[in-house]
Amino acid sequence: MTPSLADVASSNVALRNLLHGLPGVDRVGADQRAAMLGTRSIKTTSKALAIDLAIRMVDLTTLEGADTPGKVRALCAKAVRPDPGDPSVPKVAAVCVYPDMVSRAVEALAGSGVRVASVATAFPSGRSSLEVKVAETAFAVGAGADEIDMVIDRGAFLSGDYLKVFEEIAAVKAACGTAHLKVILETGELATYDNVRRAAWLAMLAGGDFVKTSTGKVQPAATLPVTLVMLEAVRDFLSITGRKVGVKPAGGIKTTKDAIKMLVLVNETVGDGWLDPDWFRLGASSVLNDLLMQRQKLATGRYAGPDYFTLD
Amino acid sequence: MSKTDPVRLAVRKTYKLYIGGAFPRSESGRSYPVTSSKGDFLANAAKASRKDARDAVSAARRAFPGWSGATPYNRGQILYRVAEMLEGRRAQFVAELVDAGTGRAEAGRNVDAAVDRLVWYAGWSDKITSIVGAANPVAGPYFNLSTPEPTGVVAVVAPEDPLLGLVSVVAPVIVTGNTCVVVAGERAPLPAVTLAEVLATSDLPGGVVNILTGSTAEIAPWLASHMDVNAIDLTGVTDAELAVACEEAAAENLKRVLRPTGGTDWSADPGTRRMTTFLETKTVWHPTGV
Repeated sequence: MTPSLADVASSNVALRNLLHGLPGVDRVGADQRAAMLGTRSIKTTSKALAIDLAIRMVDLTTLEGADTPGKVRALCAKAVRPDPGDPSVPKVAAVCVYPDMVSRAVEALAGSGVRVASVATAFPSGRSSLEVKVAETAFAVGAGADEIDMVIDRGAFLSGDYLKVFEEIAAVKAACGTAHLKVILETGELATYDNVRRAAWLAMLAGGDFVKTSTGKVQPAATLPVTLVMLEAVRDFLSITGRKVGVKPAGGIKTTKDAIKMLVLVNETVGDGWLDPDWFRLGASSVLNDLLMQRQKLATGRYAGPDYFTLD
Repeated sequence: MSKTDPVRLAVRKTYKLYIGGAFPRSESGRSYPVTSSKGDFLANAAKASRKDARDAVSAARRAFPGWSGATPYNRGQILYRVAEMLEGRRAQFVAELVDAGTGRAEAGRNVDAAVDRLVWYAGWSDKITSIVGAANPVAGPYFNLSTPEPTGVVAVVAPEDPLLGLVSVVAPVIVTGNTCVVVAGERAPLPAVTLAEVLATSDLPGGVVNILTGSTAEIAPWLASHMDVNAIDLTGVTDAELAVACEEAAAENLKRVLRPTGGTDWSADPGTRRMTTFLETKTVWHPTGV
């Protein structure tokens, strides 16, 4: 496949020709492969390494209308020291909050090395004007966000107006400045794996640094096959353009087993070049406690209980 | 049926575990042969692993808010329903007890006693609070009330008495609102699996009682050390060394431990001890208002 990428954004037709020229996804094959990789057994020392890697990849997230400054501070404390009783637990990758909470998070995480990510662009629906989306992005970046998680306009994407989606992503990317841009495809609303592949390509072409599955507000969210399709897309994109893009499954990852399945998927699809918090993230909050419980189980030999970890 | 009909293949029951209201095989895929008291093969029972125990504990934990939040009246009704269902399967239980080595007359008395025991505990559901709770006199303008609350998830190592003993350790745990993970007696676990079928058809929410069959010595220590188990009943642990090890492991998160000394006569009046052991008392000060 050697699509010409030079003037791809010149018109809707050019974009459409490119995206619809991508090879189709074998749905049954993708489901089957993801299910097969999900049966891999990761035990003992490999499991311990996988758990620590997964903790380092977590984007600890709180995106609720009921978020308070206190809750954000508590989450930041947890991000830096996930298990207060065990300093050997690594820090998570980032804390993900709404734009108005960014300054609080920046304050709480100063000097810790944990990054601050903010959703923007009328998250989670993305239903607003481009001016509002750009302004919200600029606001979050101005408040100190290191990473911006934007949502694409699924309505425009599904109606075939790819150029609008492209230009929005490009405009938000410009507003990000040095901040990393993660593009949320909301795969639960895209209906087919073909659309997921197209949306991933669109996001990468428009300049996204990461492609992210979901907002976490729509079911299904980060399923294994959807993540597989996106990983294949970033692999192909790297081989064609030479630019490496990260992947972030988000939503629905609740257990250590889910997280480890994701890591296996990454290793088998794109190789260990992506097994790093710079290139692969897990958007979740409840998974962290399960990872900590499994970690404690490995350390102490007894099953851990949720009563001994923070509520969030 | 005419004489020319081919011989029909018997459909035999697979004895499985009971976790979260479902009947899964052991995650480990293991089973072990169960024999009658005369040594004849009866069936293969699932041999639960520590992961089955862990799954059972999470099922019990999930079921706890609903079951402990149900009204005592409702819990009593459901226990009574369990007794009804058990009565309806009387012949089956008698046959299984006879297989396990109980005399036929004795087996009949055992099933009757198990049904009566359930009804007896069912009656306690809305009375235990009045017996062990109190309105305390205090030197101030307050109401001061102590009420018993269920401890949480209770691990129960059931005794080898396959029906009456099992019912006598499970009923007092759940009637007050606890949920439990039961390790059935190792030698004769089949009536326990059949009891699970009774529980599953009695409106008892899935996960309130989870029944594991297999090696007590293998599973009990994992339950005793599990940090999400709040109490453990070691009645069925006959090996003194294992019992001490379990008690030590249980101390890690201050589990309540019930470890009866000497044998228990299951036909005797059980008293309230098995209920009160798994209750915690909450005392609240209420201002009397203006």
